[in-house]
Order: sequence, then structure tokens, then C-alpha cells
Amino acid sequence: MAVINSKTVAIVGNEAVAEAMRQINPDVVAAYPITPQTDIVQAFSAIAADGLVDTELVNVESEHSAMSACIGAASSGARVMTATCSQGLGLMWELLYIASGLRLPMVMPNVNRSLSAPINIHCDHSDSMGARDSGWIQLFSENAQEAYDNIIQAVRISEHPDVYLPVMVLMDGFIISHAVDRVDLIDDEKVKNFVGERNAPFTMLDPNNPVCVGPFVHSYYFEFKRQQEEAMANALPVIKNVSDEFEKISGRTYGLFETLGMEDAEFAVIAQGSGAGTIRHQVECLRSNGIRAGMIKLRSFRPFPAEELIKALSGVKTVAVFDRSTTFAGGMGGPVFNELRSSFYEQEAKPLMVNYVYGLGGRDLSVELVKKAMEEILEMNSSGKAEQKINYLGLRE
Amino acid sequence: MSWDISKIDEWHWKEHPTGIAIKDPGNSRQVKTGGWRSLRPIHDKEKCNNCFICFVFCPEGCISFSNDEFAGVDYDYCKGCGICAKECPVDAFEMISEIEAQSKEK
Repeated sequence: MAVINSKTVAIVGNEAVAEAMRQINPDVVAAYPITPQTDIVQAFSAIAADGLVDTELVNVESEHSAMSACIGAASSGARVMTATCSQGLGLMWELLYIASGLRLPMVMPNVNRSLSAPINIHCDHSDSMGARDSGWIQLFSENAQEAYDNIIQAVRISEHPDVYLPVMVLMDGFIISHAVDRVDLIDDEKVKNFVGERNAPFTMLDPNNPVCVGPFVHSYYFEFKRQQEEAMANALPVIKNVSDEFEKISGRTYGLFETLGMEDAEFAVIAQGSGAGTIRHQVECLRSNGIRAGMIKLRSFRPFPAEELIKALSGVKTVAVFDRSTTFAGGMGGPVFNELRSSFYEQEAKPLMVNYVYGLGGRDLSVELVKKAMEEILEMNSSGKAEQKINYLGLRE
Repeated sequence: MSWDISKIDEWHWKEHPTGIAIKDPGNSRQVKTGGWRSLRPIHDKEKCNNCFICFVFCPEGCISFSNDEFAGVDYDYCKGCGICAKECPVDAFEMISEIEAQSKEK
């Protein structure tokens, strides 16, 4: 769909996110800086200082406080945002569960960075994968454009009455956050209309309609957790619908995942984040040589679109899952691999599944490495056997 | 108060309010916390000097006065914390075993 927007710019991912935040004009932003997320809040602080937004910007003393302030503000009915990464996300931990448990909409870009030790500031997905069971929706971005687009869509997904869950927008540290990229910005007015006003079901600041938030509930805790599971399942169609609406203002389409060549693919690669770009290039090269390769770029990791993925992969013989983190289960591979493999348990026709753990601590996923992996996958596909199910791509061994 | 939680134990998981946000406050009256009690305060009218100290210190507001005189403990909500007995300057409260008190009542 061709949609004309007035502005194409060359900016880094963090600036693109700050620009989305300016256009969304949240009521409250409470954040604490951490590399490589710092520039988001720095750029947004300048925007706020220039009076371009109505946001109450709260400078807090830690990420624990940032998320606490966001929870308080969201309970008052405000539209709330923050941003973090890595150790910062770690420090937010107990509050992540409170935000999702209280079903408070909010949007948080998490610039994916590895977790210490050893100290490393570069990209992998360990931080957000650790929070996969925290009840937050998690949307991956491939580049600055997707990070910008995801932030805008996340507001609508988070605030949908069938969902009411916080959303984490994931973008690879440095690769997306600090690299200059071409970004098509949507007109301010269109974004404003798209996100609309937050229509909160209650506010804690209305003395005429008092509400009790966060009581001690030991007898019915189980019931509330079941509701959260339902809300996450409800997010699947909501993410798709919001994506359809977003296409009308942007011309860009998302859904739960992106596919390439899946209509006739014999084998497929699944990846999320910036690595998908390198993999797509290689898949396109193979396809231009008549090799029936396919690719799925997973956008929504939480909720995990198991049924849709099974359907998309129904024709393939071999699936290679690329994971930018690992589970330390003792050789079980990465989280996406485990969840996808589990999704296929009930299926009669199961593809051969292999895992490539790659890029930990920012280890580069080069074209050569992807090419090497593709050759191995091609070999596995023709032999129908995988010598090694869990592979560490780019590891010195 | 319009929110009836009398049958909350039978509620389907879908019936609970989204995000545990209780929009009809004051329903703690319906939760009779007296069931938590393991010790029961017994008041001795003879010893009592009606100083109101127990009234001030009771964290649950279970002690009532009428015409400046001690009028009783609300056992529906008294959790048996014993603060009244601890604070009373004339030892007018005795904390007795709840189980024994109940078995005597039967």
C-alpha cells in the first residue's frame, strides 16, 4: 500500500525511538540511563525541555524507581513510557511482574544488551529473554524503522481492553540503537490520531471514584494469573489488527512475523532482531540460485504465535532456529528453539529442527557465518539428519 | 456498597476484576478477619478505668465505647493481636486461647 508521508530521515535507532515518543506525547516518562539505551532518554529529555511535549519527565535514581514511578503513573490513568536495557532491566525485575500483574498498559523500549558477567555492553537477547515469563508483550525490531513503528503500535496494543498488558519493544544494542539508518517518519498528526487518547478503566487520582489497586490476594492469586494468560492470548489478534490499521498510515505491514519464500520453501531459518537482515540477504541469494530456502522473522515473541508458526512451517523439511541467547539448560539450546520445538510436539509431521546460538556479547553475525550455516542446513536438509542439534555459530572452537 | 463478594470462593477466574483493581472500596467489612484469631481478649469491667487507650491502639477499630464507657470488642474482626492487653494500664484484658473459648461456647 502506497502511503505518502512527508519525512525521510537518516537517524540512529535511539533517535527514531525518541522521535516516536515525541509524536506519542506520553503523559509520564520515568527513566534512568544505561548504555546503549541512554540516547533515547537523552534525546527525549531535550524534546521535553524544548517544550515539544506535555510529558512529565521524572528523573529517578535507578531502574527500580523508574518502573515503580511508571506503575504509579499508569495506575493514575496516565499514558506512560520508559526505556532500559540489560542490567537496568535486571534491576526492574520485581516491578516488571507488578506492571503486568496489575494489567497496566505502558510501553518500554529495551535496547537488547548482554548481561554481566563478564562485563559486556554489546548486543544479545539475554536481557529480554530473561523477562520472557514476566507477563510483558515482547516485540522484536529488525532496524530503526521497525523500532519506531513498533513503539507507535505498542501503545495501541498495550491499551487495548482485551489486553491491558505492558509492552517491551526490543531493538538490538548498538546495531540498531547507534547505527544510522533510513527512517520514514509518519506525520505528527497521523501518529496522534493513531494512538488517540488513553481511555483508562480507572484512575487512582479521582476522589469521587476511589479504587483499591494492588491488594493482598492470596486466595484468588491463581485466578488472576489465569486472566493474564488469557490477556496474552488475546494479544495475538490485537497485534494483527493494530498492524493492519498501522499499514494505513505507514504503508508498512507487520503482523506476528514476516515470511520470505515460505510458499515453496524446503527449509527455513527463523530469527529475530537485526540478524534477520543478514539472514534475509543469504536466503535471497540461495533463492536466486533456485534453492528453495525460506525465512521467518519473528516479531512477536510474547505472545508466542505457535499455531501460526506451525502453519507457516507446514511444508518444510528442516527448520533452523537462530537464537541470540541461550537457556543454560545444559545443552538444550536457545529459548526460541525450545518453544518452537515444543509447539510441534502434537504435530504428526515434524520438521528436522536445529538451533544456531549466535552473537552472544555482540559477536558479529557476518555474511560469511550465515553462509556457512546455510550450507550446513542445506546438507542436513538433503540428508535428513542433523549431526549436531545445538550449534554455536561464530564461537572460537 | 454494591459489590457482593459473599460467594467469591465460587467465582470463575473470569469474574475477578481485571488487574485486581477494586472499584468498590469498603468491602473489607465483608471479610470477617476474626477467623484469624488464635487468642481472644476478654475484658474485665471491674478493672477497667475507661481510659480509651485500647480504643486508640486497636489497629482494627474493634473496640467500641458508649457514653464514655467501654462497650465491647467486635469479635467478627478482632484478629487477637493482643495490643489492647499490652497497652492497658490496669490489665483489664486477658488473652485466652481462642480454641478453648470456642469449645466452652459449644
